[in-house]
Amino acid sequence: MLQYIVRRILLMIPTLFLVSVVSFIIIQLPPGDFLTSYITQLSAMGDLVDESTIQALRDRYGLGQPIYIQYLRWITNMLQGDFGHSMEWDRPVWGLLWERLPLTFVLSFATLLITWIVAFPIGVFSAVKQYSIGDYIATFIGFLGLATPDFLLALVLMWIFFAFFNQSVGGLFSPEFQDAPWSLAKVWDLAKHMVVPIIILGMSGTASLIRIMRANLLDELHKPYVVTARAKGLSEPRLILKYPVRAALNPFVSTVGWYLPALVSGSTIVAVVLNLPITGPLLLRSLMSQDMYLAGSFIFMLSTLTIIGTLLSDILLAWLDPRIRLG
Amino acid sequence: MALAEQPGMSPTSPTSPPPTVGLRQLPTEEPRVFVASQWQLMWWKFRKHKLALISAVIIGLVYLIALFVEPIAPYLPDAFNPPRTYAPPQVIHFVYEGRLVRPYVFGLKQEIEPEALRRIFKPDPSKRIPLGLFVRGAPYKLWGLIESDIHLFGPLDNKEQVYLLGADRVGRDVLSRIIYGTRISMSIGLVGVFLSFILGLTLGGISGYFGGQIDNLIQRLIEFVRSIPTIPLWMGLAAAIPVTWPSERIYFSITIILSFIGWTGLARVVRGRFLSLREEDFVLAARLDGVSEFRIIMRHMIPSFTSHIIAAITLAIPGMILAETALSFLGLGLQPPVVSWGVLLQEAQNIRAVATAPWLLIPALAVIITVLALNFLGDGLRDAADPYGR
Repeated sequence: MLQYIVRRILLMIPTLFLVSVVSFIIIQLPPGDFLTSYITQLSAMGDLVDESTIQALRDRYGLGQPIYIQYLRWITNMLQGDFGHSMEWDRPVWGLLWERLPLTFVLSFATLLITWIVAFPIGVFSAVKQYSIGDYIATFIGFLGLATPDFLLALVLMWIFFAFFNQSVGGLFSPEFQDAPWSLAKVWDLAKHMVVPIIILGMSGTASLIRIMRANLLDELHKPYVVTARAKGLSEPRLILKYPVRAALNPFVSTVGWYLPALVSGSTIVAVVLNLPITGPLLLRSLMSQDMYLAGSFIFMLSTLTIIGTLLSDILLAWLDPRIRLG
Repeated sequence: MALAEQPGMSPTSPTSPPPTVGLRQLPTEEPRVFVASQWQLMWWKFRKHKLALISAVIIGLVYLIALFVEPIAPYLPDAFNPPRTYAPPQVIHFVYEGRLVRPYVFGLKQEIEPEALRRIFKPDPSKRIPLGLFVRGAPYKLWGLIESDIHLFGPLDNKEQVYLLGADRVGRDVLSRIIYGTRISMSIGLVGVFLSFILGLTLGGISGYFGGQIDNLIQRLIEFVRSIPTIPLWMGLAAAIPVTWPSERIYFSITIILSFIGWTGLARVVRGRFLSLREEDFVLAARLDGVSEFRIIMRHMIPSFTSHIIAAITLAIPGMILAETALSFLGLGLQPPVVSWGVLLQEAQNIRAVATAPWLLIPALAVIITVLALNFLGDGLRDAADPYGR
């Protein structure tokens, strides 16, 4: 097991390196370096451009030097915790990231949990009672959920809430809790505001998990060991939950690997629509204003977390299933 | 998605015995199964999948619309009419004073809502605007070549403006804009899939056919591309496209970005097929006959999994359409003078605009129907292409 984990972590290093290169390329893509846009921005606001500040920034990020030196400078700064400076906010990128990442993860994990909790029983039911009315309803909702892009769902839900309940959905906190310190009331407020985003974000994931659970369990249900167990007089619920469901659960667990990143990624657009204070809208703004250090760091952080998420799900899977660990 | 064909196709059912069973036991028309070509078998199997069949018709219609956008749309996409801002959809009536008449809509009359001081439109029963097929309207050039002013449908009097699906912020016809958007949105799916198909086929093919070190390398590459969160990466790349570029260049850059990430799925399918086919006897036979590697691939291997590729491609198109819609919706993709479904949905970003004019959400319906139909079609094709499927 330990050997497996070590091997997986070692495999992660080249991936992380490549991800950092891609993020750096994204930072470099817009024409001109970020200092030029910074100077333009300052002059546009009528500020005097201070030569010495410019020179200091130039030295700090190694601008004007060959591209690989710039990259090395960037990555060493990053490893030391200096993610660069956001031009638009005039603040260190790290602080901005730190404000947004925790809520992003709270939202993603909450969605993941709800998705599992909802998809598991429905999936089992759909398989055990195949071709029943309930199964057809679940299948239909599943397909609808898969085909509807989540930001469209967000738009429609927002409109419904606005037009019929005269209530605006959006944000994660009520105005009075916006800047309040954390308290039980604030957590409760957050929970209430998370309901709609969780429904929207969890929709397609739940749909596909139901399909996966159903398909896997259907494969297991007709295997001889199930017949044997039934012949031996095991009660039906116990039989199903104890054997085939456990075997079918495997792919369910492995979904964390792709589902969590997909959630973080998918929440980007939904967050823009619903105006949630998570990473998405900030990333979009930084991209729109070509605040590339912020954008690049964001993409790097999100990718890194994705890779770690995949690693965790692989380890979890190996722990659950000896065939993977030893294979 | 084996629901529709389950009864007839299960291996234990008497109607489709395994082919090893003697011919004599079969009903008279059955032998044609044994002489049917692979494509015929697939068609028979596909035909049983009703939902996929309906979806195929829908997709066919959508592409037909995309092809003949100009004559189908009643108006030009950018013909604006500010006095008709947010005019509501006009309902088509067929009955007038108890008699069946030529389809018509009522004209609109403007009123000022007393409380909100908002301009609202009400149907004006005193004014009937008759509609017709193949009416004359705004002149256009079909595919930039054929000049005409015949529109499939519209008001008989071309000075009238009719909004069957309402009007937008500057009084442009939402229906016409959705129809024009079909061309861009559907073609971006096709072009994007075509590019990712080339990449996926080449890399997946190399990976699966040669195996070994190259396979390992390409697999790592695929894993790497897949490990980057898609939407942020798309956004990052799309944001780097200068807004000053001409729209065709933006269009192609977007398709390249989409296919750059989308090829991995196709590459995996192709690799999987190559790996399993490589061990087949007919490939070994061809190799022993001294057939060149290239010819084995082109003549023996690719034809036997074309159907799988077609299914995989069909399933890849909706992702592209959704991605374009999402990017354009965020303002990172195609930009306004170009009309795509995503660009149209930009208008619906503002919740107040949607509250006054819910019909701005109709492009979303177009997206959902198309994506759903493409998914069903792809599922049907995949089931039909798989000879061992249930």
